[in-house]
Amino acid sequence: MELVNALVAITNYVIIPATAYGAQLALGALGVTLIYSILRFSNFAHGDTMAFGTGVVILVTWGFQSLGISFGPLPTALLALPFGILATAALMLGTDKVVYQYYRKVRAAPVVMVMVSVGVMFVMNALTRFLIGVDQINFDDGARFVINARQWREMTGLAEPLTLRSTQVITVVTAIITVAILFWFLNRTRTGKSMRAFSDNEDLALLSGIDPNKVVAVTWIITGALATIAGTLYGLDKSFKAFTYFQLLLPIFASAIVGGIGNPVGAIAGGFVISFSEVGLTYAWKKVATYLIPNWEPDGLVQLLSTDYKYAVSFTILILVLIFKPTGLFKGKIV
Amino acid sequence: MSYLNASEMTGGYGKADILHSCTLTVERGQIAVIVGPNGAGKSTAMKAVFGMLPLRAGRVTLDGEDITTLSPQDRVKKGMGFVPQVNNVFPTMSVEENLEMGAFIRDDDFRTTMEQVFDLFPILKEKRRQNAGELSGGQRQQVAVGRALMTKPKLLMLDEPTAGVSPIVMDELFDRIIEVARTGISILMVEQNARQALEIADKGYVLVQGANKYTDTGQALLADPEVRRTFLGG
Repeated sequence: MELVNALVAITNYVIIPATAYGAQLALGALGVTLIYSILRFSNFAHGDTMAFGTGVVILVTWGFQSLGISFGPLPTALLALPFGILATAALMLGTDKVVYQYYRKVRAAPVVMVMVSVGVMFVMNALTRFLIGVDQINFDDGARFVINARQWREMTGLAEPLTLRSTQVITVVTAIITVAILFWFLNRTRTGKSMRAFSDNEDLALLSGIDPNKVVAVTWIITGALATIAGTLYGLDKSFKAFTYFQLLLPIFASAIVGGIGNPVGAIAGGFVISFSEVGLTYAWKKVATYLIPNWEPDGLVQLLSTDYKYAVSFTILILVLIFKPTGLFKGKIV
Repeated sequence: MSYLNASEMTGGYGKADILHSCTLTVERGQIAVIVGPNGAGKSTAMKAVFGMLPLRAGRVTLDGEDITTLSPQDRVKKGMGFVPQVNNVFPTMSVEENLEMGAFIRDDDFRTTMEQVFDLFPILKEKRRQNAGELSGGQRQQVAVGRALMTKPKLLMLDEPTAGVSPIVMDELFDRIIEVARTGISILMVEQNARQALEIADKGYVLVQGANKYTDTGQALLADPEVRRTFLGG
């Protein structure tokens, strides 16, 4: 019984939250990795792209709510998602036209492109704050729990509670659908294949008559969609705050690099490596330890790191990977 | 008039010219080979034909049509196929996808062309699901040639197709190239292995410092004592 309780506690406090968080990071990292492999630079504006997209989704959600439109037990934000994606994709294409296109034309070095993206990041940062403000916003409506603590107790009779929030289920389901569509697109459609060809060998792609402008445009549209979905899921699961999204850049880049940057499968794997490490290392293991080791009551929380230091986890993993295995778990590519 | 007629090409990447009034022609269904010492401008001459080098003088015609000002992409549409020396496949894409990308500019059904490529290179059919980056050097060259054939070119240009492959694979590749020529496709090829290449050549060009030094049939060049002494090592 003790063992079962320990497993329930781990599932409740580590596995479920880390899976949801990992799915959010994976979607974010996919966007970063796509830009890296096709446009060949690290896009530092990705976190703020997520914030912008989520901001639009929140505004549209409020609009729907004031009109009395709801999505039953599901959050209204899911209905607003397509509008957020459209707005973000338009912003991406606009930014490309105004900013990035020029640097592509002069064949700027990747590091110059990174600096350009830092500039874009600051602009988007401000844009998002103008749009929606700096405060923390909860925009989750609909049913809160799939399983709440009381139902769990009645179902199983266990002392240890387990809750499954609907946003966690929505996150994982949406992420699976999004990834499935993305992989189908990249592996089965003509446009998707031309994007992979462009990423593999730009000169040969041009020689084969692949239109670089179309590849770039489609890449930005997909990135905008991925960023908006990732941001909205994160916001539903936790809450929205522009600054938090900027901070997400670190775990997202860590995910992409751990998995092997430029490799979509790696981005997904990396997302889960980072989320499980972060949650696992900052979780107070006292309860689990008490269940598993009889006659022992730990004095402290048995917590390796305070949650304030959670970004240190991604940072440490990032550095370790860059030192010992720069190509990541799945072979990524280095520009 | 020859099918490909690149006459009096002069030009280079910077201020200094690499090509000096260089002329290359290929007849329909024939094999023309460019040989010469290192740095003679062999690859540059071929790139000039394909529009990858700005020309100061000279003109290129294909089937009588002047294509001097066209971009490489537009030349592909006019019936040119080009196989670069290196980085000539998409390494993380399967053999089949590589061929598909070769046919990117085609709007019609390219499955029969793909079958023809598979007939020409049976090993590719066997490895159609494998990534091109995982193949051996010789097989990768076959993918590269196959990719270029997917647009059904009238003129196929090969930049050192046998670079870095073993002699056995080299002979096989040359056999395949002859087979391609027999289907009516003209071939313009740059080769380091001058002797073997001239043996299969209908026409040979020896370039020295970006200019035509000797031009004759492959057999005649092989028989020419001057050419033998200076370029073929006796």
